[in-house]
Amino acid sequence: MACNLLRHCKLCNLSTRIVNSLTSRNLHSSSNEKADIVISGGGMVGTAMACALGHTDFLQDKKIILLESAPEKKDFKLSERYSNRTCAISPATVGLFQNIGAWDEILQMRCQPVKRMQVWESCSDSVITFNDEELMNDLAYIVENDVILEAIRRQLSSLSDRVEVRYQTSAKSYIIPGSTPGHDNVDQNTWVTIETDKGQKIQTKLLIGADGMNSAVRKAGKFHVFQQDYKQQAVVATLEVSGTSDNSVAWQRFLPTGPIAMLPLSSNYSCLIWTTSPTKAKYLKDLQDDNFVDAVNDAFWHERDKDSTVMSISQKYQELLNYVFSDNQVVRQLPPTVVGVDPGSRASFPLSLNHSSNYVKPRVALIGDAAHRLHPLAGQGVNLGFGDVSCLSQVLNEAVQSGSDVGSLYYLSKYETERQRAVLPVVMTIHGLHHLYNTDFSPVVLLRSLGLQSTNALQFVKNKIIQQASS
Amino acid sequence: MFSKRCICRIISTSRLGSQNKRWHSNHARPIAQSTIDEEEREKFQKLSHTWWNETGEFQALHALNALRVPWITNSLVEKQDQPPPLHTKPLLGLQILDAGSGGGILSEPLARLGANMIGVDMVEDNIRVAQTHLEEDPSICGSVKYIQATVEDLVETNEDAFDAVVASEVVEHVSNIDTFLTSCCKIIKPGGSIFLTTINKTALSYTTGVLAAEYLLRLVPIGTHDWEKFISPEDLQFLLDKCGFSTTLIHGMMYNPLTRRWSWISNSSVNYGLHAVKLHPQTSETSSKENSTDSVERSD
Repeated sequence: MACNLLRHCKLCNLSTRIVNSLTSRNLHSSSNEKADIVISGGGMVGTAMACALGHTDFLQDKKIILLESAPEKKDFKLSERYSNRTCAISPATVGLFQNIGAWDEILQMRCQPVKRMQVWESCSDSVITFNDEELMNDLAYIVENDVILEAIRRQLSSLSDRVEVRYQTSAKSYIIPGSTPGHDNVDQNTWVTIETDKGQKIQTKLLIGADGMNSAVRKAGKFHVFQQDYKQQAVVATLEVSGTSDNSVAWQRFLPTGPIAMLPLSSNYSCLIWTTSPTKAKYLKDLQDDNFVDAVNDAFWHERDKDSTVMSISQKYQELLNYVFSDNQVVRQLPPTVVGVDPGSRASFPLSLNHSSNYVKPRVALIGDAAHRLHPLAGQGVNLGFGDVSCLSQVLNEAVQSGSDVGSLYYLSKYETERQRAVLPVVMTIHGLHHLYNTDFSPVVLLRSLGLQSTNALQFVKNKIIQQASS
Repeated sequence: MFSKRCICRIISTSRLGSQNKRWHSNHARPIAQSTIDEEEREKFQKLSHTWWNETGEFQALHALNALRVPWITNSLVEKQDQPPPLHTKPLLGLQILDAGSGGGILSEPLARLGANMIGVDMVEDNIRVAQTHLEEDPSICGSVKYIQATVEDLVETNEDAFDAVVASEVVEHVSNIDTFLTSCCKIIKPGGSIFLTTINKTALSYTTGVLAAEYLLRLVPIGTHDWEKFISPEDLQFLLDKCGFSTTLIHGMMYNPLTRRWSWISNSSVNYGLHAVKLHPQTSETSSKENSTDSVERSD
């Protein structure tokens, strides 16, 4: 190659001398395995990232490794009973799944489209409904987490020549130049070293942290994180509902202790997500099945919190709105009655807000819950994670097309800017909504009721909200 | 608007020599009849350890890759008869010289896209930095060779050897551009390309490129650029025509210090890029008779 060109050149000797006199840096010993991209964490978002990179054109000759601590599930059988962990998948996420070939797999297994959403509260009669005008397009899809993971993993196994998946392997430690103690003064352009629990050492140009809200990558990179414990628990369960012809509506009622939501899984089953205080959560988990069913129904139907002053003012306001927007009448549907709960399907998990101030550093990028974790009240969390996957794979494609190093901060900061612009408004809105509805203080109730009623009357505002949530 | 490459000064009987206050006529050295300007070399030696920090002194140079690498790649690919066999390596099989390679910031991306790179730089420290960094990436290790030399040094043994020469942010540091371009011409194959990015010699380039960039915004260290050495695209094109090139593109570039990104602009009063093609021997005789000096401006 270059050598042939200069075989007659006396300068060749000079350059050889220079090459021989150079010393390599300590961290670049030839015994370490070298990779281009390592993804730490094989949950839904991490596996989707691996799959997206495997489908990215310009990364075809790059070495990509996914580290997942769980064992490989060779024989996945779709259980008859629904899992209690589900997601509301937005149309944008469906787009990503279609690109990586996982959507067809999901459709073959099971998912439930949501055509309509109704959100209301217990302190007043205000309600807001979302639906596509002609009920043709689906607002979202309810899919179990296990189904999503299995669908993406199946696609990933067909990409085994592009992406190497190491099951039952997790990273024991990371050496991130410039951040890890003992390597603070090392040039940040040096590759990241990962030591796995099996004692392997991998040096990589780019480390992607997809290891959830308690991300070890984030801690190793000394990213500053804004954290707030909501002091709430989300109780999940699989509910059997009274047979409705078409269970395609998502229901959410805001109670002062937290919202209770029911998402459709099939014509007879729905998924419950009830956010409440830790004591109430424990109480609900310990109840007998039929008492639990009564508690759920009560939460959706009771009128105890109704504030009469607020009610009368909001009624007058509604009459005014009906007069002005005469073609847009409020349609209030009644949620289905819960008739049973799947035994053993009750569980709970704590809720908090986690947001990393930076999503990237030289040679490190955070995606999914590692970067941002929100309150589940709007079902946006996992969709933001999948949005990170789409954005980062596009940015890396661009980087490689320009011959750049994949860990180059120039391109990673493009990813960070774009995602922060999308994520921060959502985080702040949801955080705001949580605080707005977390009280039964009359003036606040009045304010939020009038606000909700006004929004419900303005179709173009609702369309904007749907558009925002779907992207 | 910055750039930290050191290119050797050539003792010359050039027309610019008498006006050049840095001309040291009594420092003749036997190798390639060139002089190393001591001031210039010292200033870069201090900076060589910070070459690869993307947020450091060389931030703008790293950012410039986003503009010049696709430009060079697309221009070279367009000239080929067939599309490249491997689209992830569009420059496969091409021999490219990076004149004034510095820390290797431009050489590495071009090597990743498949090119066989040779990087020359006068400062030994720069070659050292570049080689050390190169060895960290096994995938391009064999595709790049760094040599401490000048372009003139290569003329004897590498006539008509290169598909392209890239002199990015270099000619504003050379004392004799004529000799530099003539040497480039000798080592490029007929039909091969030369890519230059440099700074125009205008009042605006003095205020933004020297005063603002060095003193106000501190984008580059003070004393990096000497306005006297800037050259207008018209003068550069004239010199290239004399050497046997035909200019195909001149386009302005701009660095936004807020977003820290470069963009192509139609105005070439400050930074600009120029692409010229070496004419085949018969064509160059015909064209010098016709005296064609039309430039084609294309906005990408």
